[in-house]
Amino acid sequence: METAQTIASDGFVIEAADREAILHERDHYEEPQAACIEALKIVQRRHGWVPDGAIPVIAGLLGVSPASVEGVATFYSLIFRQPVGRHVILVCDSSSCFLMDYEALRDALTEKLGIQFGQTTPDGRFTLLPVCCLGACDRGPAVMIDDDTFGPVQPDDLDTLLEAYA
Amino acid sequence: MTDAVSRLRYRCQLNQGADERREETHPLTWRLNDDGRPVFHKEYVEKDGYAAVRQALNELTGAQVIDAMKTANVRGRGGAGFSAGVKWGLTLQGEGMPRGYIVCNADEMEPGTFKDRLLMEQIPHLLIEGMILAAYANNARYGYIFLRGEYIEAARSITRALDEAREAGWLGADIAGSGFDFDIALHTGAGRYICGEETALINSLEGKRANPRAKPPFPGQSGAWGKPTAVNNVETLCNAPAVIRHGAEWYQALSGDLSDDGGTKLYGVSGRVKRTGLWELPIGTPGTELLDRAGGIRDGQQLKAWLPGGGSTGFLLPEHLELALDFDTIGQAGSRMGTGLLTVVTDQQSIVSLMRNLEAFFSRESCGWCTPCREGLPWTVKLLQALERGEGERGDIEMLDQLAIGLGPGRTFCAHAPGAAMPLSSALHYFRHEFEQGVRHETGPAHADPIPVGEV
Ligand SMILES: Cc1cc2nc3c(=O)[nH]c(=O)nc-3n(C[C@H](O)[C@H](O)[C@H](O)COP(=O)(O)O)c2cc1C
Ligand code: SF4
Ligand code: FES
Repeated sequence: METAQTIASDGFVIEAADREAILHERDHYEEPQAACIEALKIVQRRHGWVPDGAIPVIAGLLGVSPASVEGVATFYSLIFRQPVGRHVILVCDSSSCFLMDYEALRDALTEKLGIQFGQTTPDGRFTLLPVCCLGACDRGPAVMIDDDTFGPVQPDDLDTLLEAYA
Repeated sequence: MTDAVSRLRYRCQLNQGADERREETHPLTWRLNDDGRPVFHKEYVEKDGYAAVRQALNELTGAQVIDAMKTANVRGRGGAGFSAGVKWGLTLQGEGMPRGYIVCNADEMEPGTFKDRLLMEQIPHLLIEGMILAAYANNARYGYIFLRGEYIEAARSITRALDEAREAGWLGADIAGSGFDFDIALHTGAGRYICGEETALINSLEGKRANPRAKPPFPGQSGAWGKPTAVNNVETLCNAPAVIRHGAEWYQALSGDLSDDGGTKLYGVSGRVKRTGLWELPIGTPGTELLDRAGGIRDGQQLKAWLPGGGSTGFLLPEHLELALDFDTIGQAGSRMGTGLLTVVTDQQSIVSLMRNLEAFFSRESCGWCTPCREGLPWTVKLLQALERGEGERGDIEMLDQLAIGLGPGRTFCAHAPGAAMPLSSALHYFRHEFEQGVRHETGPAHADPIPVGEV
């Protein structure tokens, strides 16, 4: 009994609404495999990341092999395969921002948060990641926090900015 | 969001006021509002929107639309400059051919490029109208807008515009009473620069890893799900409505004596200039005018070099600013126009450091399929890091020369590696002395083996 419960709670259970959304996405394309990335994003929106247990569940819903879902899940940089913080900070590290002192901003951020790229603050508040050109090069250095894009962001702006994300 | 935070928010904006933008001269931007408010359906239709679709679908054949695009000489604004009309003419269609797809490449991730964002956020119906025209010309059944996941605002605008267009009968069955049917879905990506390469994009659209495909077959023969597929950049597609509405001759004349290419271009400038941003100007406008409009270099620094259209284009010198910014002229100067958004580098900025940054980007973003790209780029980064720190060894620069050749055209499945090679070979050519300053050791321990992709 106990064991069964442990397995059930450890196992990944997909929310009914997410299952519906994934099945709906499937109909937008000629082949179900095409809905794979969107399915991963739906799971990620709910959980913050894509746990291993979600892979066979998505594969089952789409009728494709778990290996193909796993292959996709590990390819794309915005699909997270580890838990992330409540807020994800993407810092543009491409050329135009680099020319506008991106490295000073990065150093200020890593120092302030006490973490490096790819890490999450111990309080679970922020995850810090580099990102390709955010298409905000006219206002670099640019960063994105969750769904919001900012720029230019100077090291002095960080306190104000981060405060907005509890 | 507090005022202090909202002040930091990125807002995408054209640098030209309504007084300068006219229907006769600014086909892409004349409808935009000075305050950046998006032009949605009601306003778009009031400003002659969807007139080109009504006209083409009812009065022209698909072949005539293709001819107009050829005569207008609309060259691909995604960077390669291939004629849109010629591309559409090569799409398989007709007897026994299934109707295929129009895919809009909205993956904009080329370092230094921020133009498609403006069109999608502020005038999404122009893109939709362009896609309908492309669909009609290519006899496509369905369209996808492949939008990078980070473009949240663009996704909002497009989603609303697609609903409005469907509601108004511009999408769906029997468009504008013509009997033609077509619809569009928005597909948002999940990161990775390589998704912008058109065959990688098709794989990604199909829900696979974004490795490019070997060509041929070209997408026009066998693209998404094996069907004929035309992939075009956002800005390319946004040019189609004006070509149909005002005619190919009018469009071709927009660039006057400046260029053989037709129309206008969304040009931009980033880097240490007084006024960064975007301008719609006749294609072939020289870089001098752009730099003037940008107010020149700021902080008392001098222009040292510039990239004409993103991180995968070759460096040019201040003297090249006189050249017409069009595909052939910039190509003849040894670079590529690419996306046409200039990145400026000043005399206070190190070319070696910038190259290290660029190659780290290309190295990280390699899909890993071809050996020169997968192995050569991390090695390039290591050499550049050493030179940047003043720890280069004799032979390192020659090795970089070799790597630039090895990454060049014809050795890999896609243009990612050649894109990485172009800034490198031009930097080694024009700024060799800067690299030489990084060579300290006559001889020394050999560099360790190339580190794997993803670790630089
Ligand atoms: C590595 C790589 C990345 C690319 N990224 C983009 C992109 O983000 N947007 C784009 O329109 N074209 C991009 N391209 C060019 C496309 O492969 C293709 O040429 C273009 O979408 C064709 O459209 P056009 O003819 O309208 O320019 C990229 C090419 C390469 C090799
Ligand atoms: S050149 Fe690079 S990015 Fe392009 S297919 Fe080869 S390995 Fe992939
Ligand atoms: S280079 Fe940073 S936003 Fe483009």
